This record gives sequence, structure tokens and C-alpha cells, in this order.
Amino acid sequence: MIKFTAVTREYPKSGAALEQVSFHVRKAEFAFLTGHSGAGKSTALRLTYLADRPTSGEVRVSGYSTDRIAARDIPMLRRRLGIVFQDFRLLEDRTAEENVAFALEVTGARRNTVGPKVMRVLTQVGLAAKAQQFPRELSGGEQQRVAIARALVNDPVVLLADEPSGNLDERATRGIFQLLRDINASGTAVLMATHNLDLVKAMPEAHLIELQHGRVVFDSGESASAEDEVAG
Amino acid sequence: MRLILRETALAFRRAPLLSALSVTTIAFSLFVFGLFGLVVINLQRTMGTVAERVEIVAYLKRGTPIEAVTMAASDIEAFPEVEAAEYVTQAQALARARAELREFQDIFQDLEANPLPASLDIRLRPAYRNADAADSVAGRLRAFPFVEDVRFGRDWVEKLDRLRAIAGAVGFAIGAAFALVAVIIIGTTIRMAVLQRSREIAIMRLVGATDGFIRMPFLLEGLLKGLLGGALALGLSYGAWALIDTWLIRAAFFTPSQAALGIAAGGFIGLLGSLVSVGRHLRHV
Repeated sequence: MIKFTAVTREYPKSGAALEQVSFHVRKAEFAFLTGHSGAGKSTALRLTYLADRPTSGEVRVSGYSTDRIAARDIPMLRRRLGIVFQDFRLLEDRTAEENVAFALEVTGARRNTVGPKVMRVLTQVGLAAKAQQFPRELSGGEQQRVAIARALVNDPVVLLADEPSGNLDERATRGIFQLLRDINASGTAVLMATHNLDLVKAMPEAHLIELQHGRVVFDSGESASAEDEVAG
Repeated sequence: MRLILRETALAFRRAPLLSALSVTTIAFSLFVFGLFGLVVINLQRTMGTVAERVEIVAYLKRGTPIEAVTMAASDIEAFPEVEAAEYVTQAQALARARAELREFQDIFQDLEANPLPASLDIRLRPAYRNADAADSVAGRLRAFPFVEDVRFGRDWVEKLDRLRAIAGAVGFAIGAAFALVAVIIIGTTIRMAVLQRSREIAIMRLVGATDGFIRMPFLLEGLLKGLLGGALALGLSYGAWALIDTWLIRAAFFTPSQAALGIAAGGFIGLLGSLVSVGRHLRHV
């Protein structure tokens, strides 16, 4: 699903953000990417949704490879991913419903399919009653739910979450985390970058990848990926 | 397509002040260009009337039979440069001289014989009213056996040529400078609109919008603003022209096709400005 092979990303001024990073997130898996601020979590996610390219090494995501992908295929890849950020990134002048519908419309979805799909995902995240409200009228936790609904509306194979609870209080954090677990339970892989170790501890069965100074220092799925290599 | 139209309409609705500002900016920079255009077309018209006086006169030998002259006249009218060749008899020449040179009326009055030769007066087509063409036609006229002498006021025509060349060069330089300023100003206002929505563009990209899809509403917005600005500039130019025409000097306004071309140019500049601004933005994020 997501496979990093000896990925290095260097920036001209700040040096290497990632060095020889390899990991593998499988289909329907829940994976944590942890580490301190500046450990390279966000860089790894940016490489995953092709907002950036590795200096060396290869990132494979849902059949696309950073070695071969053409610029015009990047939007196609992103339609198969759902992306959620710490700062929600909603369009302020559109209602919750319009924000979610927007993600469908840009893919050229047929108009009559948009409405029902949008309501389905808003219901899934528990916000059907607030569909007509603008982001500023919603709490942080609710805004993040809108963002998650937007990420889900294209039926992604992977949901990428970059510190999704970074701006939320504890109660909202638990709610969002539970929502991500539910989404994962229904078959969508989740790769979540976080430095909140409480969340990691709450889900011991999850795949845990820990970064430090741009290198992988722990990977609970390592043995499995070694088996993968043998299997082919 | 409907979605793109809706997004464009939304851009106008969400930032009415910025949209109005950029339309006004476009209108005023095109207005300056329009005023300059008015100066140019009026100067050109004046130059045109002056150039109509470029005329070649071939004086004929005495006793040339009229048949030979009329035959030659139709040959001369077939020259590509020539618009018309008019046969002026001795009597007509004298009548003309009497009418035009009133100071010498007494002298003409006392004449016993007509001293003025008959002539062929040749008018050139507008494109050939310059020294080179006149010279070349004059050369061919001299080859006719019955032509005594050919005159066309060479000095005067050469001065006219020089004036035209200078006016053309200055006009081109000023026009290019005005057009460039208009493009830069319009490009900047459109860039403001793009920057104002850079967050939105980033989000559109994250959810998988193609660059073409992101670009379209901006291009349409630029085209529309350019057309509106062009129309407004035309209105302003018309107002300015009406004032000048009424109170200062009689002047010509743009022909309908020139006016349409001006509005289209506004649209084109708007489109170009958007294309450059959005293109640059998309490459940098």
C-alpha cells in the first residue's frame, strides 16, 4: 500500500529531513508514525501524497512510484488518498457540506451522486445535523470531522493524518481517534503521524514506526516486511 | 463546465471589492492606452489628408495630339501606384492659374497667347504617397516622348516621409510602453486575486484537482475582468472624445471594429495575465 525503500530527503539549507528510511504499511493496516517534532513525520507524509519527492530511494503508494509517476498522475493518486491535517484546511467560505462536496466535484463526479455521498460521510462522522454550518461556526473537533468526511468521500484506500488531534482538547482527541479506528475497521488503511504517545498506547496492536532525526529507530512491522521480501 | 462557471461566479461574489478594483484598474490602464490610440488615429487621418496632395505633374510638349495623350493616360492609370491620371489642357491650366494665383491676375489678363503647357496630373494611391514611389513613377513618365518635364515637389514629399517615419517610430514606442504598463498592472491585480486564494488552491490540489481544473476559473475570471475593463475603458474614451470633440477640436472616434478590437484586447490581456499569474503560482507550490 505505502512502501518506503531507502528514502532520503535532503533540503539545501536544513540538510537531511529523512535518511535511508524504509517501512511498509499494508492494506487495511493502522500505522502510527511517531517521533519528536522535526523527526521527519510530516516530510514522510508529504512524500506519501507526492507534495515532495525523495532525493534518493523510492516511495510506492497504491501502485504509483515516485520513480516513474508523471506530474499529471499526481491528482489521480491523491483521489485515492484521504488527507487530514492538524489545521483542518477547510475552505472558510463554504459550508461543511460544500467543503466535502468540493472534493468530489473536482474529480468530475456526476452531480446527482454528490449529494447522497456527502450526506453519507457526514453522517458517518456524526455531523449530518451541522451540514449547513460554516467552519467558523463549528468547534475544532467538529471541523476536524468535516475534514475527515472530506478525506473519506472519495473512498480512499489510505487515510493519511498529520497530527490530526494536535489542535484539539483531550475529549475531542479521543473522539477523532475513535473515528479513525472505526474507519480503519471498515477496511481503510490509516497512517497517522502523531507525538501523542497516549494514543499509541491505547492501540497496542497497531503498526508503530518511530522516527528520530530522520531515521527509523523502531518499526514493529519490520519482521513482517522481511517476510514480505522473502515471499517476493 | 457548470462547476467551473459556478466557481468563477463565486470568485466575483466572494471578493466583490477586489474584483471591482481589478476591473477598474484594467479599465484605467486601457483608458490611457485608448486615449493614446485616439491621438494616433487622428494624427493618421491628418497625415492622410496632407499626403493626398502628393501629386505628380507631367508637362506635355506643345502640339502633342490629344489622342496620344488620352491613350497614354489610360496606360499610366494601369501603373500599380497610380490612382488617377487627369489630362489638363492649356486652357484649363490657364483657368486654374487665374483662380489660384489671384495676385498675378493682371498678368494673366494681358496675355496674348497662353504660355502654360498642357499636363497630365497624376494622383497616387494612398500606399504610394511617398518620395520613392513618386520618383519611380516620374522616371517612367519621362520615358514618354511627348513629356517635356515632370515635377512632384520632391523636397516636400521627402519631408512628409520623414515626418511619417518619426511619428510612426514615436507612436510605436509610446504605444508599446503603454501596452506593457497595462499588461503589468493587469497581471499584478490578477496575481493579487490568485494570492488571495492560494490557500484554496493548495486545498484543491490536496483533494486531487488537476492543474487544468484549478486554472480554468482563474482564466475565465481574467478574461471576464479584461472584457469588462475593456468595455469600461471604451466608455471612458468615448466620454473623453465627446468632450474634446465638442469643446476643443473636431476629432474622429474609433470605428466599431477598432472598438471591438479594443475590448477583445482587454479580454486577451486579462486572459494572458491570469495564465502567467496562475501558471507561476502552480509551479511554485
